[in-house]
Amino acid sequence: MIRRRIAAVGALAAAVALVLSGCANQGGGEQQGGGPAAGAPSQPTDAALPAGNGQGRCAPGTSIGYAGTIAGQNAALGIAIVNAAQLAVDQHNAANPNCQVTLVRADTGGTPDTAVGPTTGLINNPAVLGLVGLPFSGESRAMGPALNAAGLVNITPSATNPGLTQNGWTNFFRGLGNDAVQGPAVAGYIQNRLNAQNVCVIKDDSDYGIGLAGTVTQALGPRASCQIDVKTNQREFSAIIGQVQQANPQAIFYAGYYQEAAPLIQQLRDAGVQTTFIGPDGVKDEQYVVNAAGSADGSLLSCPCVPQEGFTDFTNAYRQAFGVPPQTYSAESYDVTTILLRGIDQGAADRAALLNFVRSYQGQGLTKRFQWSPTGELTSTPVWMYRVQGNQIVTDTQIG
Amino acid sequence: MAHAAPLVVHAEPWINFDVGLLADRFWANTINGLAYGSVYALIALGYTLVYGVLQLINFAHSEIFVIGVFATYLTFISLGFEPGAIPNLPIAAIILDLILAGLVAMTVSGLAAVGLERVAYRPLRRRNAPRLAFLITAIGASFAIQQVIRIWRGSNPEGTIRLLPPQPVFTIFGAPITNLQIVIILASLAMFVVADQFVNRSRLGRGIRAVAQDPATATLMGVNRERVIMITFAVGGILAGVAALFYLMTIPQGAVYNGGFLLGIKAFTAAVLGGIGNLRGALLGGLILGVVENYGQSLFGGDWRDVVAFVLLVLILMFRPTGILGESLARSRA
Repeated sequence: MIRRRIAAVGALAAAVALVLSGCANQGGGEQQGGGPAAGAPSQPTDAALPAGNGQGRCAPGTSIGYAGTIAGQNAALGIAIVNAAQLAVDQHNAANPNCQVTLVRADTGGTPDTAVGPTTGLINNPAVLGLVGLPFSGESRAMGPALNAAGLVNITPSATNPGLTQNGWTNFFRGLGNDAVQGPAVAGYIQNRLNAQNVCVIKDDSDYGIGLAGTVTQALGPRASCQIDVKTNQREFSAIIGQVQQANPQAIFYAGYYQEAAPLIQQLRDAGVQTTFIGPDGVKDEQYVVNAAGSADGSLLSCPCVPQEGFTDFTNAYRQAFGVPPQTYSAESYDVTTILLRGIDQGAADRAALLNFVRSYQGQGLTKRFQWSPTGELTSTPVWMYRVQGNQIVTDTQIG
Repeated sequence: MAHAAPLVVHAEPWINFDVGLLADRFWANTINGLAYGSVYALIALGYTLVYGVLQLINFAHSEIFVIGVFATYLTFISLGFEPGAIPNLPIAAIILDLILAGLVAMTVSGLAAVGLERVAYRPLRRRNAPRLAFLITAIGASFAIQQVIRIWRGSNPEGTIRLLPPQPVFTIFGAPITNLQIVIILASLAMFVVADQFVNRSRLGRGIRAVAQDPATATLMGVNRERVIMITFAVGGILAGVAALFYLMTIPQGAVYNGGFLLGIKAFTAAVLGGIGNLRGALLGGLILGVVENYGQSLFGGDWRDVVAFVLLVLILMFRPTGILGESLARSRA
């Protein structure tokens, strides 16, 4: 009897393990190196900047919020986003003496279950008129109904799951292209640039990985000749590698995060598989390069994020403020924070007014032109390809 | 770029049945499974030893293992290795460094296990706490250690340090065996034999078996129960330290605060599979689990890895409720 009970405990623990698959981050990489890479855009002359015209007026205590990971799961990305938001707020306050905005931070821990308390705190704070975040798709999905009910406008600088804009929320806006845009762009690159006829699509079991693999596979059509699944937190891939060797593809696309991608690429290379490896924004992170220890060299990484090295004013200010170069999605965060600040400067004094401002906003930012469809998707969504070269992630080319 | 095409769910068979791949990869899967299963087996020994003596499932054992992983990693760092680069050293120096790291990991894990016992379980024993309290404490200790490591080292995996990149040495039926796998399989077997002989032949081992069989009588016969418990935890910790070294050699990305969670569950499964409380059962369970996981992935697809492992556990427990080898530590002597 006791043995059976042990088995029950084991099965329960196993179930917990299976459920605890992470909805982790979208990367937090960093562009190193000196000047702008070939093709990286420079700052558009008409880009909206946080300082505005210096004539902003707002009530004392006016705040905007950031809800996302700061010290929790996959903290690197959250820090890249909240730092950029802070930079925008500081630049705004320095230029607008009659409108001093506070950035209120809430550390969601990066997971749906830990996001509830901190985000609710922001919702219940009447001074908070708008929200930058949430960064991850899982927590965005979890908190969406509450944010929508509160009428609190929130602009995510990084969550890419396409389903987020299909919930009827009227307050949710996405500051970048989603995976339904990234997938076909990557597939086009694989077909036309790499000219690969057989592609292995490997995906993890997260919402992000499954959704992205679906869009890529669909766009590749019959070229997606083999499909392989891995588990979140899996680090031993020998059986998977056997499948890849048998399929003998001309390219491998991995839909998932860097934490699994790093051991996967290392074990693939160890086993003698030299096939071109393409990962998405979830892999575009310094951590991927460091953890793969040389095996990552030559990997291609797609991202609906715009190369930042050409925005020299922004990158210099960021580096001066935080001692490190801006990382993945910093510029996107800077842009969406600027939009919220612009609304406050122009007299949006409550949540409803700021929500209306964002809904009808049209304007150029650093990364792209911002204008949203009624569901909250951008009308302009650039996708870029990056590549690992000499232990650095460098800009390759725009692919969509 | 057009925006947001509707997300179409891609039609894909929910389960494969690829007998060809299974046959094709049979030997490769067996060898890889045995090497990885050795790590399961070494961790499983810790679960089994403590269960045999205290009837306690020491859920914090996976964190003892993680402590060993970090001890190994930090030893590499203090020996001057840097993440990312692949060192170019003579083989003798590499072996020496690995042995040193292993010794440090064994020491640290062993001490951590004894410390855990002191802090978490001994006070409960003093107060005659019910068995459930031990179990809850074990789970609590597991989370506490995990979070301490996270606060200390952050939530990203440590950078990769590889002293011994795997090189195929020879092939069996077309399946390459790497130097790393040979080292791991042989060393694990050696460690297992040492542990088995220790429990079955030495004086201290006799004490362990006596306490496992009947604590009250053992105490009356002059066995120091507290000391036996301490030694049991120490042996389990030392074996977890060895497992940590082998794991980090196989998976250099493994030094992360929650890296022990899934491995711990798998090792615990291996222990139950083989018959918890039984040393040889833990070895057998670990190796079987490692191999079957690989077969399952080739046959059904990669996402069936864990399902196959746990379905196997359920099936075996249905027909042999005490595990494959059954019995307990006390009666394990053949």
